Parts: sequence; structure tokens; C-alpha cells
Amino acid sequence: MEGNLNLTLKIWRQKNAQTAGKFETYQVSGISEDMSFLEMIDVLNNRLIEEGDDPVAFDHDCREGICGMCSMYINGRPHGPNKGVTTCQLHMRSFQDGQTITIEPWRAEAFPVIKDLVVNRSAFDRIIAAGGFISVNTGNAQDANSLPIPKDHADDAFAAAACIGCGACVAACKNASAMLFTSAKISQLALLPQGQAERAKRAEAMVAQMDEEGFGACSNTGACEAECPKGISLENIARMNREYFSAVFTSK
Amino acid sequence: MAWLSKSLNSSLGKKLLMAITGLFLVSFLVVHCGLNATVFFNDGGETFNKGAEFMAKNPFIRTMEIVLFGGLLLHILDGLRLWIDNKKKRPVAYAVVDGAANSKWYSRSMGLLGTLLLLFIIIHLKHFWYFSRLTDNLTEEHTLFHEMQAIFASPVVVVIYVLGCISLAYHLLHGFQSAFQTLGWNHPKYTPTIKCIGAAYSIIISIIFAAMPIAFHLNLIH
Ligand code: HEM
Ligand code: SF4
Ligand code: FES
Repeated sequence: MEGNLNLTLKIWRQKNAQTAGKFETYQVSGISEDMSFLEMIDVLNNRLIEEGDDPVAFDHDCREGICGMCSMYINGRPHGPNKGVTTCQLHMRSFQDGQTITIEPWRAEAFPVIKDLVVNRSAFDRIIAAGGFISVNTGNAQDANSLPIPKDHADDAFAAAACIGCGACVAACKNASAMLFTSAKISQLALLPQGQAERAKRAEAMVAQMDEEGFGACSNTGACEAECPKGISLENIARMNREYFSAVFTSK
Repeated sequence: MAWLSKSLNSSLGKKLLMAITGLFLVSFLVVHCGLNATVFFNDGGETFNKGAEFMAKNPFIRTMEIVLFGGLLLHILDGLRLWIDNKKKRPVAYAVVDGAANSKWYSRSMGLLGTLLLLFIIIHLKHFWYFSRLTDNLTEEHTLFHEMQAIFASPVVVVIYVLGCISLAYHLLHGFQSAFQTLGWNHPKYTPTIKCIGAAYSIIISIIFAAMPIAFHLNLIH
């Protein structure tokens, strides 16, 4: 796949969490407009390996916009300039020949850098483990039709469940707040009958874990919603506020 | 009560306090603006002075004055606490940030706008609250209305007041609707209305406040 884009890349290189990092500048040429952003980095890495240099470490898995691994802060925005896409779904036709592209890892106290562009997002896993689950009885599966669910609740729960845990909301937020992520995980269960048993405890536990992990508070700037590749709505954060405070005043 | 202090010290609790105190200040400004706008009656400050005297004597208003100072102080201290906390959450800054791509500048600058407001409020209290409550200079011949005329004769003061009103407009342009989101009020039925009222309130109240020093300075009020 040969193309005609020549680009200057300024990429954050950092050996590990203990050492300080810095930007390195690389030139890449002959990049095709049809390549994804990750494929463009692959081209660079192949060259670095051939030259005996350390390739740029970055996270990726599905490369089809569903796993949420491909965290890159590109020219001042999580997942680059386009709306509603992850980095793997960003294509080089979104850039111009001769452009300089600055690539940084997610920056947050709660997401320490592991190497180069790879950050540790296990804080998200611990927030989910704190309350993002439901209890299910053993034995035969219940007849699905015995649980009536209003259509709008099902729709909202589905929309919240679209969150892929990528962390773009944290990366975009000036406070490195994880409210959009946590509220989506609280909402998808609070809206459904299966989530009722743990409803109050869940809200309290997940918010407490979110604070303990070192994410910031919400200033309602809306940057998270604007940058979320899955279109998770700020309505979820409002719902989380309701869930949390009603739990605070009613839980025993 | 450990449960309450724990939740009010959580990230959500700190914002709840911000929203409640902020909306309380919003409601105060309606009264403050309504009363002060009577200077535009051009009756030599007669209505305005009557109102000011009532406010100074009425025990309910005097009690609310203490609540107001308390609310303002809570809002300032909680804002400071949030600002310090939030700053720490990103120890290594980005080299490039394209903030305009995803949010309004004033929504990201509430701490700065609040600090400008605080500086303005200190100057403003010195001008009028200190004069009317803590000195004996207020007399039949030299009313609060006369003091306004005297203070706003200075162009520097007029500029400071107009800048204060601009900071207020932007603080509330984000703050008004933000407070309802913090309180959990976000619904397709009424959120557009809240946003509309918030924008109208912020702009109208700031224009009326800014018009006072300007009008006094240009001798349009007498
Ligand atoms: C006196 C100095 C002031 C300071 C230092 C200050 C500071 C702040 C800060 C830092 C925030 C944002 C907190 C955050 O989201 O992280 C905020 C929000 C707010 N402020 Fe102020 N402010 C001041 C005065 C005022 C006044 C005079 C009013 C109203 C008349 C007001 C109304 C609000 C409202 C409604 C919010 C939104 C609360 C929310 O987002 O839930 N503030 N203020
Ligand atoms: S809310 Fe959106 S941006 Fe945040 S983790 Fe989920 S999918 Fe990513
Ligand atoms: S690699 Fe899976 S979403 Fe990008």
C-alpha cells in the first residue's frame, strides 16, 4: 500500500513508569490515504525494527473500533480529529501531506504510562469490580418474557452499554474525570430489572472507587461526550448523580 | 453523620455543594438586580433609597445577609478545593491540547472567572457594603444613591465594573445549566428550556448591572 503522504511525527517515548519520557521526531513518507492511523505507525515500527531501534509501543487489539485499546492523543484530541471513531478507525485521508502530527499517551494520574503510548487502565477494571455486576440465581434460566422492560429503558441501557472502556473521556477531560465511563456502567444496570438488587450499593461503591483511583471531579464541560467514540451521553452523568445521592440518603 | 460528610467530600458531593450555593447566589442576584434597577426610574434615587433602607432595617433581610455571606464563602472555598483537587489529576500536561474542539472556553475557565468575580466582589463590597454598614457617612444628605454617583464618576471604576459583569456573564453562561446537570436534572423534556433560561438570565442580568455604572458615569441617571 504505497501512497503520497509525507509526515512528521512527534511521538512521546518513555521507557517505563519510572523514567521520564520525551518527544522524538520521525519522518515517514509514502503513506497511503487508505491506511488506518495504526497501520501508519506499523510502517514506522517496521522501519525502526529494521534499523535496530526500539519500536513505538502502543495498545491495540481488534482494529475494528470495538475493543477500546487503541489509546492515542493525536494533535490535542483523544483518537484524533474525527468524531465518533477510535484511533484504529481513523484514516490517513484525515491528514494532509507535510503535516506534523503530535502523538501522546492518555495523561492522567490514574492512568500511569507503562511504555511510550501504552497506559495502565486497570483503574477502570477496579471501578467495575467495585459494583458493576448483578447477582444471578443458579438453576434454570427464567423465561425472558417474565421481566417486562419499558422500551425507552431498554434503549437507554443499550446506549450506555455501548461504552468500550477506552478512556477517551478521561483523556479529554481537563480534570481527568472518569464520570462518563462510571456513569455509563452504573446506568446500564440501574435501568434494568436485573440491576435493582444492588442498585444503591453499586452507585456508592463505584463512585467511591472512582475517587480512590485518583480521577477528578466533573466540571460539566462536555468534552467527554464530544470525544467519546461511542456517543455516550451526559444524561448518564446526571443519572449517576441521582443514583448516588438517592443511595446516600436511603442505603442502610 | 459520618455518611453525610463522607458523601459531601466525594467528587460528586463537592459539586453538589457548588451547585446549591451557586443557584442560591443566582437567586440573590435577581433581588439585588431588581432593587438596584430602580435607579433607572430617574427619581433622584427616591425609590432606590427607600428600598435600600428597607433592606438595611428588615430583620429577615439582615439574617439572609449572613446566609448570603456564608453561601458565598462556601462557594468560594469549595471552588478552591475542587480547583486544587482537579489540578492534581493530570500531573504530566499534554504538549498539545485542542480544547476548542470539544468544549467552550468559559466552561473550562470557571476557576479563573470565579477568581475575577471574587476580586470584583471585594472591590464592590468596599465601595458600598462597607460604606453603608460599617461607616457613619450615610446621611439624609448623602444617601447610597449619592455615593453611587460619586463612585461611578471615576472611569477606572466603571471599567472594573463592566469587566466584573462580563466575568459574571460567562461564569453563569456555563454555571446556570451546569448546576442543573449536577443536581441530576437532565431530560429531553426540560433541559433545552433550562439552557435557554440560563443563557437569557446570564446575559440580561449582566447587561442591567453593567448599565448602572455606565449610566451614572454619563450622567444619564439623576
Ligand atoms: C466569588 C467568587 C466565585 C468563585 C471563586 C467561584 C468559583 C466557581 C468555580 C471554580 C466553579 C466551577 C466548579 C467546577 O465545576 O469545578 C463555579 C461554579 C458555579 N458558580 Fe461560581 N464562583 C464565584 C462566584 C459565583 C457567583 C457570584 C455566582 C452566581 C451568581 C456563581 C454561580 C455558580 C454556578 C451556578 C456554578 C455551577 C455549579 C455547577 O457546575 O454545578 N458563582 N464557581
Ligand atoms: S464513555 Fe466513551 S470515551 Fe469513556 S470509556 Fe466509555 S466509550 Fe470510551
Ligand atoms: S484497536 Fe480495538 S478499538 Fe481500536
